[in-house]
Amino acid sequence: MKKFICLAIALVLALGAMAGCASKAPASTGPKVIKVGIVNNPPSESGYREANVKDFESVFTAANGYEVQTYYSLKNDEQLNAAKQFITGKVDYLLISAAATDGWDSVLQDAKNAGIKVFLFDRMLNTSADLYEAAVVSDMAKEGETAVSWLKAQNLGTYKVIHIQGAMGSDAQIGRTGALDAEFASGAMTKITQQTATWDEATAKQIVEAVINSGEDFNVIYAENDGMAKGAVSALDEAGITHGVGKDVVVMGFDCNRWALRELLAGNWNYDGQCSPFQAKVISDMIKSLESGGSIAQKKVISEEKGFDATTITQADIDTYGLGE
Amino acid sequence: MPKTLRRPSVSLSHLIVPLLALLVIVIFNVIHDPSFFSVSLVVNNSGNTVLSGNLVSILNGASELAILAMGMTIVTAASGGQDISVGAGAAIAGSVFVKVIKSGNSSLGLILFAFLACCLAIMLFGAFNGALVAIFKIQPMIATLILFTAGRSIAYWVNGGATPTVSGDLLGYLGGFFPGMPVPTPVFIVIATGALFALALKFTNLRLYVQAVGINSTSSRLNGINTTWIKLLSFIILAACVAIAGVIRVCRLGLINHETILLDIEMDAILAVAIGGNALSGGKFSLAGSVIGAYVIQALTTTLYALKVPSNAVKSYKAIVIIALVAVGSPVIKKLLVKARDSFLLKRKAAGGAS
Repeated sequence: MKKFICLAIALVLALGAMAGCASKAPASTGPKVIKVGIVNNPPSESGYREANVKDFESVFTAANGYEVQTYYSLKNDEQLNAAKQFITGKVDYLLISAAATDGWDSVLQDAKNAGIKVFLFDRMLNTSADLYEAAVVSDMAKEGETAVSWLKAQNLGTYKVIHIQGAMGSDAQIGRTGALDAEFASGAMTKITQQTATWDEATAKQIVEAVINSGEDFNVIYAENDGMAKGAVSALDEAGITHGVGKDVVVMGFDCNRWALRELLAGNWNYDGQCSPFQAKVISDMIKSLESGGSIAQKKVISEEKGFDATTITQADIDTYGLGE
Repeated sequence: MPKTLRRPSVSLSHLIVPLLALLVIVIFNVIHDPSFFSVSLVVNNSGNTVLSGNLVSILNGASELAILAMGMTIVTAASGGQDISVGAGAAIAGSVFVKVIKSGNSSLGLILFAFLACCLAIMLFGAFNGALVAIFKIQPMIATLILFTAGRSIAYWVNGGATPTVSGDLLGYLGGFFPGMPVPTPVFIVIATGALFALALKFTNLRLYVQAVGINSTSSRLNGINTTWIKLLSFIILAACVAIAGVIRVCRLGLINHETILLDIEMDAILAVAIGGNALSGGKFSLAGSVIGAYVIQALTTTLYALKVPSNAVKSYKAIVIIALVAVGSPVIKKLLVKARDSFLLKRKAAGGAS
């Protein structure tokens, strides 16, 4: 029994240490400190989230006049609890990137009653528009449209596409699949295969291998993130199929990881679509404008997202827009 | 009248189901597309002449799973339970490997050192799992649930970045092809791992002790076997397999995505053990069965890709085949088959005696 108790205590301590607390020391100086509570997903979720968290950490600083409390969780109920605590703690602004789109109505109503202004970032919430000040979000469907219109502009003659999807049902998968599905349906492009690799590089490689082994012809790989594009390319390399600018197969990825953009610069890939994790500056500007008595011009701000073409990308683009390493 | 009839040797009857499954998949594919198993030589983009085809894809793609299935078999046999943290463990192993490689220039020495480092790291976690099971007598699935939950976060913490990349010729060779060698390197790594297991089982008491502990832990202890150590050892052996699998996966693509690397592989590994005719409640085991089980699963996956089954439906198709496989291998069906055979033999014997 003693062993069990020791074990339990050790576990609790270990988990506590791992979970960590992301609270910041309060800023003591300055004329007016703006108290901000941020509810986000943990940086370990993805390269996107890592950049997103860093972006907020760099903008919402004591030097910029903010006192910030942050809470990270992948679980909606934990996020809701954190939001309630921020409301009880009387923050001035509440910034939310929700794990799930539903279930936020009552918390947002509480915030409104307490006079706390709410901003949504990265992800929309399924709630009434008067419960938040503004939303700064990505439009995944637009990312897909940008990519597909770039592809159409390449004038390949025939389009025989291997489409590698992300985890089925995720925002990014649905958005990035939509535009391409429309092309398949209209007959403008031919679907050689459409398969989910659930964001996994090695699975993407196996899917492309299966197509190569079947002897079918293809000239486009449309992978819904960079990792899967990398997996697909390694299958091409092993089969001796050339890819990139002016080669046999056009390679397209998403997310703009720095290593992926370098592949573009080297001409090994053709296109990479951006999913902007940078919303902090826009929100901070809005808050400053509200604080100085102004108003917010736009209720819903869609982050401006680019698509990079291997023939025009520069090292400066990689430095500015690349995520991770 | 004889009460018992001679049964075929245990190991062979265990292998019937997985071999049959493999055969069915092969026949199905050959009928569907006669060229499915054709293998050709191609020159890859780095100028090597290599083998290419579905057969190569299956053999190559199942490597990590085959290695994990071997380790999982030992854990299953000794502890009567399964380790569900192998995928998360591989994420940690891969991350440690990448961390060490990034500190230098990916020379042979550094790669070996990185491998040893990640082996050591994941063996510590394996020992943690094993200690929970062997000393604290926690059910394996519950004990390994801890690492299953925390493992990928720990992997993230090791590198502090989402998808760190590594590059180097030698790493590429390990995950792909050595120059002048037409067979993928991971296939050789599976063979080497299998040979190590075979040697250990042949020249040590490992098989006897593991099976004895799995069948009856108490009587094994009374007979002088250190049951705690054997169970602990089984988890450490599995951890070594996890390290090998994680490193292969990292070398294949030169990057690690700690959230997706070998995701859900624990379920496939357990399934491979089950398809291989091993009792998930422990005891006697057949490594060959588990390895064949791993290739069955990969062959099934490759077949589904070749058939272009819609993304939404892949898992359901896989599930149907697996249900069929497990049902055929279930004790009830087996008993019915044995009964049918026995009554057939008896009848024949009676007929023979009468004449």
